[in-house]
Amino acid sequence: MSGQKENKKFRSKRRNAIVGKTMLYIVLLVITAVMIVPFLWMLSASIKSNREVFLMDPFVWIPEVPKWDNYVKIWTKIPLLKFVENTVFLTIVVTFLQLLTSSFAAYSFAKLEFKHKNALFLAYIATIAMPWQVYMVPQFIMMRGMGLNDKLLAMICLQAFSAFGVFMMKQFYEGIPSELCEAARIDGMSEYKIYAKIMLPLSKPALSTLTIFTFVNTWNDYLGPLIYLKTETKKTIQLGLKMFIGQYSAEYGLIMAGSVVSLIPVIIVFLCLQKYFVEGVASTGLKG
Amino acid sequence: MNEKQAALVRQLEIDTNTLMEKIRQEDNIKKKQKLIAEREKKQRKLTAVRNNRIISREKKRDLVAYSFIAPNFIGFAVFTLIPIVFAFALAFMKWDGSNEITFAGISNFLRLTDDTFFLAALKNTIIYVIGTVPLTMIASLALAIVLNQKIRARGFFRTVAFFPYVASLVAITAVWSMIFHPSKGPVNYILLNVFGVAQENLPKWFSGNLVLVTLILFSVWKYMGYYMVIYLAGLQGISAELYEAGSLDGANTWQKFKYITWPQLRSTTFFVVVMLTINCFKVYDIAVMLAGGGDGKLSTSATVLVYYIYQNAFNYWDLGYSSAIAMVLFLMVLVITLIQFRYEKKINS
Repeated sequence: MSGQKENKKFRSKRRNAIVGKTMLYIVLLVITAVMIVPFLWMLSASIKSNREVFLMDPFVWIPEVPKWDNYVKIWTKIPLLKFVENTVFLTIVVTFLQLLTSSFAAYSFAKLEFKHKNALFLAYIATIAMPWQVYMVPQFIMMRGMGLNDKLLAMICLQAFSAFGVFMMKQFYEGIPSELCEAARIDGMSEYKIYAKIMLPLSKPALSTLTIFTFVNTWNDYLGPLIYLKTETKKTIQLGLKMFIGQYSAEYGLIMAGSVVSLIPVIIVFLCLQKYFVEGVASTGLKG
Repeated sequence: MNEKQAALVRQLEIDTNTLMEKIRQEDNIKKKQKLIAEREKKQRKLTAVRNNRIISREKKRDLVAYSFIAPNFIGFAVFTLIPIVFAFALAFMKWDGSNEITFAGISNFLRLTDDTFFLAALKNTIIYVIGTVPLTMIASLALAIVLNQKIRARGFFRTVAFFPYVASLVAITAVWSMIFHPSKGPVNYILLNVFGVAQENLPKWFSGNLVLVTLILFSVWKYMGYYMVIYLAGLQGISAELYEAGSLDGANTWQKFKYITWPQLRSTTFFVVVMLTINCFKVYDIAVMLAGGGDGKLSTSATVLVYYIYQNAFNYWDLGYSSAIAMVLFLMVLVITLIQFRYEKKINS
């Protein structure tokens, strides 16, 4: 009698588990669709003619005659190559400087003792809650005074030294046991060597995370370049694409082809680094 | 060792010895510690002079540390700290960027109080923040919980959820404006043909009152993946034993969430909400791209604070006024962050 009851209970539990799992997958599918359909739509529209883009009856993902030449035309309608070059240059330099200088500074804050340490770190912390938009105007006036207006260098100065990077790397380094550094110090290693030989190789997750953030932010920045870069040959891909949309607002296929092109680099970087990503966010104290 | 150095060494030796005497006689612990520290300093200097070193070990240590900080700090000080100080001062000035600066007192702030465009921008920004912060938080937490389960192709689903965050804003707003196009877009097509919404009632997603709703929806969609990752990191920090203990006590899924997950994630939620609030107040490009049309001009129904800061600075060259608006933005972010910090502290204690 009781055995049967147990059995029944067990079976209903299993049934519940199966129902739960099915629900879970349905929810997942819906979320995935919401997240990914705009991207699929973008891909599909990028090989359609302007008439086909909004054709709903019948709607097809791939048109009978795909207009691949949208992807050829977009390079000649606007100086897209120049835009890509500028953006790639900016993004690589900014990301490199950001990683180097903030991990350098963070090592000092996390593992060394020195005068005015707390005051200096406070200066960084205080600006994290300060939106860039609050001081973007005086910053522009200052850079203009330095002769940096309309120069890519201005964008580098603007984005390469963020408080966020220092804060994030410091949190990560604090999680690495200080004994490692102590031992190396006793062995007579200089601080620079400890940083290069011990800390850097251990910081892959944090560096990957910071790379993703910096790369994405620099690549996708719009307001910064809008303020500083005026000459067409100096514009970034976001500005260029926006300019194109302003000029040819009815060229839907071309707009979408340009959009796809602008997505590719960030997606490649993200896919390469994502395996460290959750771990990186977890170990840099970003979870609070 | 020359005469001068020898004299210095002698003087330092006397100093350290007298300090030692004082330490012996001192009863007050605090004063004693102070004296000990003072003596150690002298002692270090003494060794430095004796070993013929120009700078003490302490100084050298500081210099090494500063050399690590300098590359970042110099850039940070020049391009962030100085402009911030400048911004505060500018809010009380009148300046067009080329002619002379004149002091304006609080007149910029007084002007704000009856500037209807500013008030509209303030109102829209606040509505946007109030709509976006809780929705994004809930959506990202739910997403993180779902994607923390043991499921097939978890990595794939996580990547997909993070995708909109990575995607460039210009590209993705272009897609949204097509999908939600009032007359041609597929969303309104479906509303018309599947749900039978009358032609004249079809929502105009990018104008009127609806535009803020569209902005909020778009932001939730674009940024929830980012906060999901933060929540995922938080979830992974919760020990599995807590859930096992919960199961033994017969807790169901909801109870486990309520009594284990939610309290354990408190500091993560705090961080997410603070970051979300700061980021939402900065809204600009989303509004310009979704509601700005071809020339990127925003009407009163879609304007936001940062847009008006930009307009006043770079279109009207009214830098003082623009900085005054920036101060309003800053004060709101500051006050809300402080309230959140106090609330967090109160709960913790």
